[in-house]
Amino acid sequence: MTDQLAPLLTVEHLTMRFGGLLAVDDVSFTARKGDITAIIGPNGAGKTTVFNCLTGFYKARVGRLALNRGEDEMFLLERMEGFRIAREAGVARTFQNIRLFAGMSVLENLIVAQHDPLMRASAFTVAGLLGLGRYRRAEHAAIDFARQWLDRVGLLAQADAAAGGLPYGSQRRLEIARAMCTRPVLLCLDEPAAGLNPRESQELNQLLLEVRRDTGVSILLIEHDMSVVMGISDHIVVLDHGRLIADGPPAAVRADERVIRAYLGAEEDEALPVEVAGDRGVN
Amino acid sequence: MAAGVSSPSPVAVALKDSAAAAVVAALLAVPLLGFRLMDRSQGPELALRLSWIPIAAASVFVGRFALTLGGGALSRGLARRPPTVTLVDRPNRGRRLAGWAMAGFALALPFLPFSDRNLIDKATLVLIYVMLGWGLNVVVGLAGLLDLGYVAFYAVGAYSYALLSLHFGLTFWICLPLAGLLAGTVGMILGFPVLRLRGDYLAIVTLGFGEIVRIILLNWQSLTGGPNGIVDIHRPSFFGLPFTANPPEGHPSFATFFGLAYTPDHRIIFQYYLIFALALATNLFTLRIRKLPIGRAWEALREDETACRSLGLNPTTIKLSAFAIGAMFGGLAGSFFATRQGFISPESFNFLESAMILAIVVLGGMGSQVGIVLAAVILVGLPEWFRDLQLYRMLAFGGAMVLIMLWRPRGLLSSREPTIRLATAPRPALPAPEPAA
Repeated sequence: MTDQLAPLLTVEHLTMRFGGLLAVDDVSFTARKGDITAIIGPNGAGKTTVFNCLTGFYKARVGRLALNRGEDEMFLLERMEGFRIAREAGVARTFQNIRLFAGMSVLENLIVAQHDPLMRASAFTVAGLLGLGRYRRAEHAAIDFARQWLDRVGLLAQADAAAGGLPYGSQRRLEIARAMCTRPVLLCLDEPAAGLNPRESQELNQLLLEVRRDTGVSILLIEHDMSVVMGISDHIVVLDHGRLIADGPPAAVRADERVIRAYLGAEEDEALPVEVAGDRGVN
Repeated sequence: MAAGVSSPSPVAVALKDSAAAAVVAALLAVPLLGFRLMDRSQGPELALRLSWIPIAAASVFVGRFALTLGGGALSRGLARRPPTVTLVDRPNRGRRLAGWAMAGFALALPFLPFSDRNLIDKATLVLIYVMLGWGLNVVVGLAGLLDLGYVAFYAVGAYSYALLSLHFGLTFWICLPLAGLLAGTVGMILGFPVLRLRGDYLAIVTLGFGEIVRIILLNWQSLTGGPNGIVDIHRPSFFGLPFTANPPEGHPSFATFFGLAYTPDHRIIFQYYLIFALALATNLFTLRIRKLPIGRAWEALREDETACRSLGLNPTTIKLSAFAIGAMFGGLAGSFFATRQGFISPESFNFLESAMILAIVVLGGMGSQVGIVLAAVILVGLPEWFRDLQLYRMLAFGGAMVLIMLWRPRGLLSSREPTIRLATAPRPALPAPEPAA
């Protein structure tokens, strides 16, 4: 959308191998600042592996993952530990199978996400133990920030309830709010619409567009729900069998021969056993 | 000829099942119960005790029969267990009141009409375990790291005090923080190798660590005195006033300074208040740190380590801080133990102690401070009072644990209070600015 020359995220020749399985094979793409970039592809295409490399859960041995925050602030994500990627580079993520702090309250989930600034304000616990004003002010600011996000995702009324007891759709929204509470520059969403009904998917679209508009965060998302992908993405990257097969704006990707073949099954795939071909259908 | 296969009645099934169990019990009872070693003048002799075998078989039969028929109720009871820790919705006034009531009772205990030396001594022992439970609670209850070797830190604290006071003549009040510091350091050293471990694996390694410390204490004769332990450990003084009957000339003792008649009760009561203060400090520290970022990070780590990492929390420092702070409280309790006993040996720091402390934390309800007090009273206090029952003490102990786990599988008090509530948080004065990207 903006700043065509300087992509926020540059993935170059990313390759990830698990034993004999080549999960990601020489994938290169970019995600521009302020864009919503979708990674799509049939099951087993390597989408989540790309995510895990980006967020430090896997260490990529081959390839480069550069995050350019502007003003000569460049992070090479493949060299950073997972928690530093979130803390210093500003990459936050959600998970395919929701990972909230289930036994903690909704508000606590959002306060934990602001751990780093609070920890510094509490002078690594010392000032906090003494109850100094500096820490109290930081905590109030953290609560206010959490309150804004709770309001935005519509969970203000449930702030003091256990996160694990929320309905599924609310848990998804809470996880997004929690990721945003780390004040990221890049928000990575792993199948945010999974398990949502069509109406909830539409609300999710709305939420993501608003979040981007108001905070300027760039979004990278994996999604199977085409109404979400086509509805909000500026840019789509299609993976199949670990390889990049298409990369471009939604309209172009939708018309791409190879994408259609990957999703609907091609002639060469018809020789495959039925269950394998079936596995690769659109979800 | 078309005799239908009717399904056997539940009673018949239960009878058959119980009969099979009784046969197994009878077979097992032959070697286990059927013989008895008799000490005769001409040497040991095996005596047959065949009458016990049918008794064993019969009791197994009855028990199995009752379980099979009544098992439905039992399993229904078990199925009711809540899936996760429940979060209380409103501030739990009752529990807070109970906490204050307990603290008030503990404070007044030495001066209550029915209290005597014996009672205060036992209460002191219970308070040691309360403090150990609160210390271990940081590691197990809050951070969710299963530590089976907690007694190691208790031992480090006890030996730190004993050795420092023996060799350098340092007083209790100087040694106390040093012992805490040393135990905390040891906790961190243990933390490093187990950073990558979770659950069962962590438990096994910490168990091993506890044993290593005990064995070092046993074998490092020149430093620790080996199995003989350390004797004549200095008793604490009351701001420099010792609790002695015959103080040397010019050095007042506690009794002479306050013009009281000397009685050994003074020391007992002083020790009681000392551990009460230490335990209370542990509790207040834990309650406070729970509401700080580090405490919330511990609980978040217990809930989901992967999510922690994705939010920029460094699991290494979080785990190490939990280990260090838990160990520090163990060390403080240990140096109190040393000064109270006046004698320590590796005997006092075996695995059973670790198991006992862990049992207190688990039965109390992970993370619940008041629950730990209840569990300590039940597990440490009651067996002390029922010492007369001697043989059946451990049986009752085991039975009590089984019953608590059946009825309250998440501990006596298992609900958790949020560390922060939006309902009671201050409202913002001004609309806060939009978050910057």
